[in-house]
Amino acid sequence: MAKVALRDVNLIIEDGEFVGLIGHTGSGKSTLVQHLNGLLMPTSGKVYVDGVDLTDKHTSLRAIRQKVGMVFQYPEHQLFGETVYEDVAFGPRNAGLGEQEVEARVKEALGMVGLDYDALKDHSPFELSGGQKRRVAIAGVLAMRPAVLILDEPTAGLDPEGSADILGKIQALHRAGRVTVIMITHSMEDVARMATRLIVMEHGGVVFDGPPREVFAQVDRLKEMGLGVPQVTELMHELHSRGLPVQTNILTLDEAEAELVRALELRRNGTV
Amino acid sequence: MALFKSITIGQYIPGNSTIHRLDPRTKIIGTVLLIVLLFMVDTFWGYALAALAIAAIVHLSEIPPRLVLRGLRPLFVILLLTVSLHLFMTEGDPIFRFWIVEVTWQGLSRGIMMGVRLALLVMGTSLLTLTTSPINLTDGIEGLLKPGKRIGIPAHELAMMMTIALRFIPTLLEEAEKIMKAQMARGADFQGGGLLQRAKSLIPLLVPLFVNAFRRADELAIAMEARGYRGGEGRTKFKELHFGRRDAIALALAFGFVAVVGLLF
Repeated sequence: MAKVALRDVNLIIEDGEFVGLIGHTGSGKSTLVQHLNGLLMPTSGKVYVDGVDLTDKHTSLRAIRQKVGMVFQYPEHQLFGETVYEDVAFGPRNAGLGEQEVEARVKEALGMVGLDYDALKDHSPFELSGGQKRRVAIAGVLAMRPAVLILDEPTAGLDPEGSADILGKIQALHRAGRVTVIMITHSMEDVARMATRLIVMEHGGVVFDGPPREVFAQVDRLKEMGLGVPQVTELMHELHSRGLPVQTNILTLDEAEAELVRALELRRNGTV
Repeated sequence: MALFKSITIGQYIPGNSTIHRLDPRTKIIGTVLLIVLLFMVDTFWGYALAALAIAAIVHLSEIPPRLVLRGLRPLFVILLLTVSLHLFMTEGDPIFRFWIVEVTWQGLSRGIMMGVRLALLVMGTSLLTLTTSPINLTDGIEGLLKPGKRIGIPAHELAMMMTIALRFIPTLLEEAEKIMKAQMARGADFQGGGLLQRAKSLIPLLVPLFVNAFRRADELAIAMEARGYRGGEGRTKFKELHFGRRDAIALALAFGFVAVVGLLF
């Protein structure tokens, strides 16, 4: 009576994509991403990273894990180093890099998450604030210079400012072409704004896979799954159903504003 | 992670058998009696009767005997060591000699008896945890320790500590697994290397595990106080322990059996 966590998942993720992975709790999102760096192995089927088969016994998982960086939920719960420097240096050291290169990586990674290297490197990570701890933990993954960055709810439990800040850093990394991002989240607003591709999971399978605008058109189906759409998208749907001639494929506030102005002008001119 | 799957603690098998329904205090006293008995008997018949009694209890408890026997598996090495130590180290009438080792009749019988004693001890005590839920077990311990309060034994606090410890074993295992995965994602290796290397590789696992455990303990204490927990004084119970006729009969039987078998064999 084995419980099947994932079934019939067929995905190709291209370099440079920003994939938003959404789904109800227990839909298999976390299980899926743990297959992408060999922390979990499929009982049947294959996983390839850059053409390398992870299920092959001869594959060096360590090398794969350098390439596919993974930031778990509440990553600050995994901090252990005596100093911020030691903790961030853990990944590069495991990769067998020399101390000079390690230092460069730590400096770079802390810079990427917006922390001051000189001010913080000798502090204990345990005396930092929650948001800073989270950033140190993310830097610990970035220090390996992964080509793919997987984030499991990177903003869970942060205040709005802290979470906007972290998302901004992630988006900047993606825009700079440094990483392919796969992000699990429950915030429809975040994926609507950031993702180039949206994957929706339910009961261990992929239900929708496409650009956010297409996926969020399935308002009723998403709601039925216990998910939702961005608030502005929902608002536009509601206005449309009440007779205002607006487009419903709206994802952001700016788009909504432009569309509302257009619709209201049409009405004023008496064409509707 | 396979490492943690094999650990089963307090492997309670829910059921509604006569044994399951006994008051936990009865079962604890019964288990203690069984231990006493196993250290008193010293003859073949004594062990046979004790084994028979355990078999009878297993039968009454409706727990598959396979599960009771499985409890012996982790003890296999110790069992083997006990038997062979007695087998080779006891002086007496030799059965055969080989090089410097000498196997004697006395050694053979002592070895077997010690092995059987150990096996029966484990099986008998595992019956307690197999048929008693952890909550009931701690309730029973609290009940039994209560008279000791007058001489300063903190019965309620001890029981609460046990309950919390048992409750958080699965949580800690889950957490350990999560941290291991996170560190493995950063290239940590928990398997390879020599002894020193391996011990060192545990630091990234143990430090966060302890930090989180302390944090969780703090939060739990606050949550308990927020719900009005003030220790055992004046605290009532949702499920009162009930020492009934069944328990009286069971205890009388246990005492009688131990007295007769323990003193005669």
